Order: sequence, then C-alpha cells, then structure tokens
Amino acid sequence: MQIYLPIADMPVNIFLVLGMGLAVGYISGMFGIGGGFLMTPLLIFIGVSPAVSVASVASHIAASSFTGAISYWNRRAIDLALALMLLAAGILGTATGVWLFTMLRALDQLDLVIGLSYVTLLTVVGALMIYESVRAVLRARQGLPATIRRPGSHTWLHGLPLKVRFKRSKIYVSAIPVWAIGFTIGFVGAIMGIGGGFLLVPMLIYFLRVPTATVIGTSMVLTLITMASATVMHAATNHLVDAVLALILMIGGVVGAQFGARTGQKMRGEWLRLLLGLLVFAVGLRFAFELIVQPDDLYSIRYVRGE
Amino acid sequence: MMRRIACMLLLVLIGCGARPAAAERLVVSLSKQQVAISSNFVGDELVLFGTIQPDGDKAALRTAYDLVVTVTGPRQTLRTRRKQRVLGIWVNVDSREFVRVPSYLGILSNRPVAEIASPDVLRRLQIGLGNFLLPQRIGTDIADTVNDDPFRQAFVHLQSQHGLYRESGSAVTFLTPAVFRAAIPLPADVPTGNYAIDVKLFAAGKLMARNNATLNVTKAGFEQYVANAAREHGLIYGFATMLMALLTGWVASVVFKRD
Repeated sequence: MQIYLPIADMPVNIFLVLGMGLAVGYISGMFGIGGGFLMTPLLIFIGVSPAVSVASVASHIAASSFTGAISYWNRRAIDLALALMLLAAGILGTATGVWLFTMLRALDQLDLVIGLSYVTLLTVVGALMIYESVRAVLRARQGLPATIRRPGSHTWLHGLPLKVRFKRSKIYVSAIPVWAIGFTIGFVGAIMGIGGGFLLVPMLIYFLRVPTATVIGTSMVLTLITMASATVMHAATNHLVDAVLALILMIGGVVGAQFGARTGQKMRGEWLRLLLGLLVFAVGLRFAFELIVQPDDLYSIRYVRGE
Repeated sequence: MMRRIACMLLLVLIGCGARPAAAERLVVSLSKQQVAISSNFVGDELVLFGTIQPDGDKAALRTAYDLVVTVTGPRQTLRTRRKQRVLGIWVNVDSREFVRVPSYLGILSNRPVAEIASPDVLRRLQIGLGNFLLPQRIGTDIADTVNDDPFRQAFVHLQSQHGLYRESGSAVTFLTPAVFRAAIPLPADVPTGNYAIDVKLFAAGKLMARNNATLNVTKAGFEQYVANAAREHGLIYGFATMLMALLTGWVASVVFKRD
C-alpha cells in the first residue's frame, strides 16, 4: 500500500517503512541506542532526501527512546543526575557542531566529512567493542568474573579533580570526563545527524565505569531529550520534518523497541556488547565500501533552490 | 513621435510578413488543468487533445502534419557534482550550477524530433533535450554549453532516470490527420507548481501554428494541510510532531506493560 509523504514529496510503501521502524526499534530497545545511524541510511536508500531523513528520524528516535525510558524509569534504572550533566555539555557540543555543519556545507564537502566520520567512528568504536567483549566472554568461559571491577582498578580519568558522586550509578568520578563525553556526543550528533547512543553507551561503560544496570536507561533519557529538541529545531528552521513518515516510523519503532528491550534484558552484558559491536562495525564497513568503491554514477544532482 | 509611428508601422509590416501563408489554427485542451496530489498519489498521466483547424479557407489544410508538445515544470536551480578519486576515496571535486532550469521537461512528438525539422529550426525553437536551453553558471557568466558538455549530459541523464526529463517520439498520436492526442506522464515525485505546455505544429519542416496551455500541480487535502503547517507554522508543527512522538511512546509502554 502506497502513501504519499507530504514533505518528502514522494510515495512510499507503508508496510516497508513500518517494517524498517520495527527492525530498527527492536535493535534500539535491545541495546538502548537511538538507532539513527541505521535508520537515516535506510531512508536515504529508499529515496528520501538526506535532509528530510535526518529531520524525520529525530522524532522517530524520540518516540522509541521515550517508551524505553518509561520502562527503565519504572525499574529505577536511570541516573537522572548523570543524564542532566551530560545533556548540559551536549547542548554546547551541538551548538559547535551546527556551526561547523553550516561552514562545511558552504564548502560543498559535507558529504565527504559525514561519510568519513561515519567510517572512522563506526569502525573504531565497533572494533573496540568487539575486542573488549570477546575478552569478557572468554574470561567468563574460564570461570572468572566477566568484567574486572576491583575497587583499586581506577584509570587516570579517576584521578582528575572536581569529583562528583552519582548515587544511582554508584560511581564517584570527575566532572571533566562527563562534560567531555557530553560535548563529544552533542558535537558528533549535530554533524552526523544521529543521537549518538551507540557512542555514548560504550563511553559511559569504559571511561566512567557506569554499571550496565543504569547505562542504557541513562543513555535513553539523554537521547530522548536531544532528539525531541532536534525535532522542534529542524521543524522550525528547515521545515523538513515529515510528520507522516515520522508517524509510520515511530509506530513500528515503539513496538519493536518493546520487544527489543525484553530480549536485551535476558542477554548477558558482554554478549550484548559483542552484538552491538558487530553491528556498529558492519555499518562502518558499509560506509567505507561506499567511499572506496567506484560509484555507478560519478555525477549527482543537489537541489539548490526553487524559483 | 514620427519615429515611433514609423517603428510601429515597420513592426506591423514585419509581423504580417512573418505570418505563415497557409494559416492553420491549433485548438488544444487538457484532460485536466489541475493535478491534485493526495495521500494515494503515485503519479498520473494527463492527456492533451487538439485539432488543427483552417484559418479561413478549409482547402488550405494539408495531409501531413507534425506536432511537438513541450511541457516545462516550475524552474529550479540545481547543482550537478562530479566525483573523482582522491587519495583512494571518491570525493565531489567539481560541480556546476544549472540556473533556473525546468524541474520537469517533457518533449513529446509524433515522431523523433530530428525527422520533423532541420537542426537549425530545432535549435532555434529549443525542440529536443539536446536543444533545450539549460543555462549553467560558469564563473560569473550564465550560459548554455554545447550539447556534449559532460556536465550537461550527466544532468539530462540523471533527470531522465528520475522520469523528470523525457523526450518521446511516440507520445503524440494522430487520430485523424487533423485530430491528435498527447500523453503527458507525471512521475510520483512530480514537483508542485505551474506547468507551461507549448504546442507547435509543423508541416514539411516549417512551424505553422503554435498554442499553449497551463497546468497546475498542487498538494490537496491532508497532504496540503501538513505541507502548509510545516512551512508556515514550523515551531507549532515541530512541537506537535514531538508530542505525537511522546504520545506514541507512552501508548506503547502502556499497551505492552508487563504485569
């Protein structure tokens, strides 16, 4: 069944989009990520313009992270203080990112920068996650505890000043890495048009040693707030949010996220991280492939302005 | 004053002289003047009907006519970019801006345009994708390039692939020697706006008569409502979309609540 999208200016198959929403929602519920790094390329693939894709995906992510956040909230698995501090830094990062975005766009090299940052980030983060989780799995096989978490095993990050205690996560860390992580997520998100959950989750685990119990819920709150405000900002400035597309995506997304969250809670942490690492790495390889292999058509058309 | 009158007289004389000796008249009509894009729109096909009528003496009608219909959509400025390999990756290195070119261009005729008139006439009347004026910004100048310019060719090729540019030598059919119909296909992602339809009648390679029609493509109903809301009340629209997202998320968590 075809439905015409009023902002994207094209008809799409409603079941195809619903299915995409379901699949990405399942993954996002399972790993506690927004899934923008999967959904945006999928929409571009079916012919939606990149600008409309990025703007509409934001509201889809807001919906699926809200349903996830509610269930984590009920299980007291959200560290609100940590989320708010990350958010404050994230806003600064977003502003810097938007400024750079506008500058690169004027130089007509935005595609390249987006492509390269996808490749670098996804492959590096994916590879690191695979490496770490495989080691954890192997340790678990030998009967050792899966994650080494001795009281004395602090990294240099824990030696930094301005220490803050986050009660829900049971961590006592410096505010500096928290602000740095928040800023990075906001900056990267603005440039790549993603929520950054797939970066945030591993960063919180590896740098701040946030326990797996609160990391996903906290990441979801952050994703929810950034994506909800991104929806409003995109709509107010670019007028590119397609509400019809967003609605179909979010209906699929929230249903998928519910099932995904259940699967995720049944799985062991290290296996979950291994799967996410493989997924992130695979998407990164796909972007690399696109940059390296000669495209079918060397030419492309970009819309500049109407009459 | 005298000079102005002389000028006008001269213009009248030239005008009379340029009028074809055997005068035909074209009468055209579109199957619909308004195409409404609603939520089930997947493209459309319009039909243009027309007859060739004698302008005075009926015996003046010939037997063999050719007809060219040129449909031009609202103008847009588009940039065509070319990728090249730099340090192992494919990068956009070069680009050209096509200034105020038609977003839709259909050149429909009863046989291939090259058979209808001489290349000179075709170029002067901009008949055929190769002869249609597609101005590019080159430095500070805006000019059309030669037909085999790689950017121009790539641009026409890409637009044709999307069904937005087309040249068809079989889209016009003569039902009788003096009655014709032309099928105008509109793709699903047809740009909205005003379309100009220019109909030219040829006989033995000469332009005999010309007429035009207009077409309007607009969004209708719900599609129009959403598009207007997004454009004119962006902030409210954004908040509404955000609330819709939160509501959807909340409903899902209520529906799937596990007890």
